[in-house]
Amino acid sequence: MSNAIVVRDLRKSYGGVHALSGVSFEVATGEVFGLLGPNGAGKTTTVEILEGYRRRDSGDISVLGHDPGDSPRALREQTGVVLQQSENTPLLTVREVHRQFAGYFAQPRDIDEVIELVGLTHKRDARVRTLSGGQKRRLDLGTALVGDPELVFLDEPTTGFDPAARRSAWDMIRSLRSLGKTIFLTTHYLDEAQQLADRVAVLRAGEIVALGTPAELIGVTRRTEIRHRLDGELVVLETDEPTRVLHELTTRALAEGRELEQLEVRRPSLEDVYLELVEEPGER
Amino acid sequence: MSVLVHQVMFEQRIFWRSREAAVFIFIFPILLYVLLASVYSDEIDGVPSADLLLAGLFGYGAANTAFAGLAITLVGRREVGILKRLRGTPLPPATYLAAVLLSTLVVFALETVALLLLGALAFGASMPENVLGFAGAVVLGVACFAGMGVGAASLIRSAEGVSAVVNVVVLPMAFLSGSFGGRGEYPAVLQAIADVLPLTYFLEIVDGVYLEGSSLFAEPRALAIVAAWGVAGLAIALRWFGWLPRER
Repeated sequence: MSNAIVVRDLRKSYGGVHALSGVSFEVATGEVFGLLGPNGAGKTTTVEILEGYRRRDSGDISVLGHDPGDSPRALREQTGVVLQQSENTPLLTVREVHRQFAGYFAQPRDIDEVIELVGLTHKRDARVRTLSGGQKRRLDLGTALVGDPELVFLDEPTTGFDPAARRSAWDMIRSLRSLGKTIFLTTHYLDEAQQLADRVAVLRAGEIVALGTPAELIGVTRRTEIRHRLDGELVVLETDEPTRVLHELTTRALAEGRELEQLEVRRPSLEDVYLELVEEPGER
Repeated sequence: MSVLVHQVMFEQRIFWRSREAAVFIFIFPILLYVLLASVYSDEIDGVPSADLLLAGLFGYGAANTAFAGLAITLVGRREVGILKRLRGTPLPPATYLAAVLLSTLVVFALETVALLLLGALAFGASMPENVLGFAGAVVLGVACFAGMGVGAASLIRSAEGVSAVVNVVVLPMAFLSGSFGGRGEYPAVLQAIADVLPLTYFLEIVDGVYLEGSSLFAEPRALAIVAAWGVAGLAIALRWFGWLPRER
């Protein structure tokens, strides 16, 4: 399958400070791609260059076969954008805002379907200013989907959400994926990337320090941990051969007739890997 | 074309639904006219006061609607990210600005009709001597002050401050230019300031078409100065107008 996005050696600096120093990646059509990194790593700079809001200093970019730097209208017909911060006209209703955006596209989707998809049917005649934060975010997503885009950019879509709202936003993003949309997602939440993304790029200080599926990112870096308590003391065994080590441990305990208290076998979470990756050298 | 109409319809809907805009932009000049025309019932500078004030508040209305209204709308929308979001859609930027401009023109045309009817019915004010020229003045006023409004929106970076800034410009300008009752007896210093303001020359043109029945083009110098202010605002906009909110 072809690539929806190709980025080669993307560079950008603001007043001599390097925001992006040579970023390269590809996003396959139909994939959910997560750009993960701490605040200030360059996530928004990257996504806003791809959306055509910012100019790059150098590098080659193709988004659905277009260069976003030329700001082609054909590209905006095929992409949906959810910005990190933007508002809609507070005096219009949910349905009116969808109708407003639908009018900008050559072939919009049915707006009631879109409102249903983002779960705002019960609020369709409510004015924007009466919506909660989570509902406003759904509205942002609705306006991004109303043009029936091939590719959707989501810049930190759940920042500031409570856990329940995040879960429902995740469900919505998964349902977009099942519609075959390509999704480019930035987030500083690890669990979000782990839950949603087919592949994750970890950005640190303008450079990609890891790229792969969440399983690959966890798989390559660390071993399995086996923990238990012996006379109240925590014992941690790190190993490449968890089967053998666990077998030995349990065999010995059985032979001695004692219980392995608080026995736990754990793979490092993406969080462990991530913290290791984004910590500046020398901080450890 | 249909996208332009679509956007104008939405601009109208948003404008009339906003009580603030409707009161501040649409009602305020009419209210001032009622107040002033009730107080000054005789003649000002040898002209019936109902007529002179109507011409003056028509000029103030143009500046208030197109300059102040447009600057406040555009800065407000830019700073909350509405303009940025629109730039991410296929709506062409020029179409958007044209729609905002046309919508402003519709508002001011309605305001003009309201002023004329109120003036005629309540205060015995005259109807325009040169109707076509007067209609042209509606378009000219919106064009000039809209150019300045977009220019001001390019320079003002704060949504909190924009309302104060434009009113500090518009109200003294209207006063100095004689919107609120002629400027025959102003001291020389104030006259000198008034002599560079676009509203002064716009009112000169309005007085011509409204009271004297002269052509819209009867005062080429005034026309040129009004146009120059509009073009200056536009030039600032072309150089500095941005769609993205200020970086925080």
